[in-house]
Amino acid sequence: MNNMKKKYTGYFFILPAFTGVMIFYILPFLDVIRRSFVSVYGGGFVGVGNYTAVLTNGAFLKAAGNTARFTLLGIPFLMAVSLLLALGLVGLGGKKRQAAALLKSTFLVPMALPAASVVLFFRLFFHGKGFLNAVLSWFGFSGTDWMSGKSALFVLIFCYIWKNAGYTTVLWMAGFAGVPESVYEAARVDGAGAWNTFWHITIPMIRPVIFLIAMISLLNSFQIYREVWLLAGNYPAEPIYLVQHVFHNWFLSLSMDKIAAGAVLLCILVAIIIGLLQRIWER
Amino acid sequence: MRKKLLLCSLCIPAAAAVLPLIFLIAGSVTGNVEIREYLSPIIFGGDGYAVWHFPLYPTLRNFVELLLDSPEFFQMFWNTQKITVGILAGQILFGIPAAWGLACYEFSGKKMIYRIYIVLMMMPFQVTMLSEYLQLKGLSLLDTHWAVILPGMFATFTPFLIYRFFCDIPKALFEAARMDGAGEIRIFFTIGLPIGSSGIIAALLLEFLTCQSMLEEPLTFIETKSRFPLSLYLPQIDLTQAGFAVCASFVAALPAVMLFLMGQDYLEQGIVAAGVKS
Repeated sequence: MNNMKKKYTGYFFILPAFTGVMIFYILPFLDVIRRSFVSVYGGGFVGVGNYTAVLTNGAFLKAAGNTARFTLLGIPFLMAVSLLLALGLVGLGGKKRQAAALLKSTFLVPMALPAASVVLFFRLFFHGKGFLNAVLSWFGFSGTDWMSGKSALFVLIFCYIWKNAGYTTVLWMAGFAGVPESVYEAARVDGAGAWNTFWHITIPMIRPVIFLIAMISLLNSFQIYREVWLLAGNYPAEPIYLVQHVFHNWFLSLSMDKIAAGAVLLCILVAIIIGLLQRIWER
Repeated sequence: MRKKLLLCSLCIPAAAAVLPLIFLIAGSVTGNVEIREYLSPIIFGGDGYAVWHFPLYPTLRNFVELLLDSPEFFQMFWNTQKITVGILAGQILFGIPAAWGLACYEFSGKKMIYRIYIVLMMMPFQVTMLSEYLQLKGLSLLDTHWAVILPGMFATFTPFLIYRFFCDIPKALFEAARMDGAGEIRIFFTIGLPIGSSGIIAALLLEFLTCQSMLEEPLTFIETKSRFPLSLYLPQIDLTQAGFAVCASFVAALPAVMLFLMGQDYLEQGIVAAGVKS
């Protein structure tokens, strides 16, 4: 009797929220899966037609390549930068603890600033006649308009790192804090140097944290679209035309069949990435 | 000595992190004429480069203009706040109990629900965009604030985070309370909420920051200009009104910055819980 009651209590707490999740996310997604197999005109069954239309769409392929390039460059870069910052903060340690705490809060400021407010600064900073080029000109370099052409991708990666480095640094530090002091002492007794200790003890011990950092960095990498859209609108320079732009422009042109197929493909891709990461993480 | 060097080198990224905020603060008290002079190569295409420094003649002119002459800005400002409050209220009403149910009870289907929550949390907006659109259209909610608020109320990241904190509460506490004859609802209110409060605050704070810079959702679901949140309004301000633009950007960021300053410690806990705990 008591157990029965407890069981229903669980449903009592979860059901209101889960009903909302069903209504706004799950059930309509099932409809999207159905739509991905039918024509937008007349609604006849077209098999994998929409999928082949998406996968042979030049803009989509281009954008997928750009997004992959951004993600594959951005995530390792972000993880490396934030690892250095975290190591620096840990290195300050003991005596300079207050300074370290203050620096850590400072690194977190970018994640609090709404994208729409910051973007004004970035626009002026990376403009052809902007602040960055002004500084470069002191040293005799003449810069370009950073938001057009190939450099735009690096502007994007910079913005991504600027925004997320603090967040990721905090994650690294939490990972380091999880390694018990006694492990380090044992290493010291065995005469292991700082580098060896870091490489052979800290890194393997915080492996689960590293994979979670990768996952959260991936999650945050999708949100770079905000900055791109705010900086460059619906049709940005070619190297930063992302998958999100394609979806948005399909939406504006009412190509619901393509969005449906694209959403299913993207969903599968993300699920595969999560699955892979989880597998490595649980090993 | 080595530590001093380290400290100095860490100050460089720290400066880079706050530079845009300092720009917003300084720029908002720089008069429009002065700021236009600094930025004239960008705005009017003259020779040389834009420069920027602290105002020679600090003024509150921009704030006055913002307060008195731009009802538009305030309309959008309130739109953003309305959406934020709506989503947070929904998360409190639905998200917290859901986290509690997942963390503290065994029932069939629990594992599946948990998985669904995690997968949904990871999905980019583009995956659920069409689903949400179709459903909102079916409910004739498109182009209202509800179109952004309702799906946001049930977004799964916040409950997932709170769940992490609830899991840390020792189960023995509930057994003790049950022995004393406390009902399940009472346990939720008198044990769960108080002990989990720091986690709840952390998660809601993160959600607050997300809501303040929400962009894709209103861009997709809201059409009428007067219903736009700030994130869609700010980019439209012309650079010839640079002083006003900077000031508006600064005021738009104020709620988020204030809450960040007040709740930093919670924020850090929230970040850590999402990635590292257990």
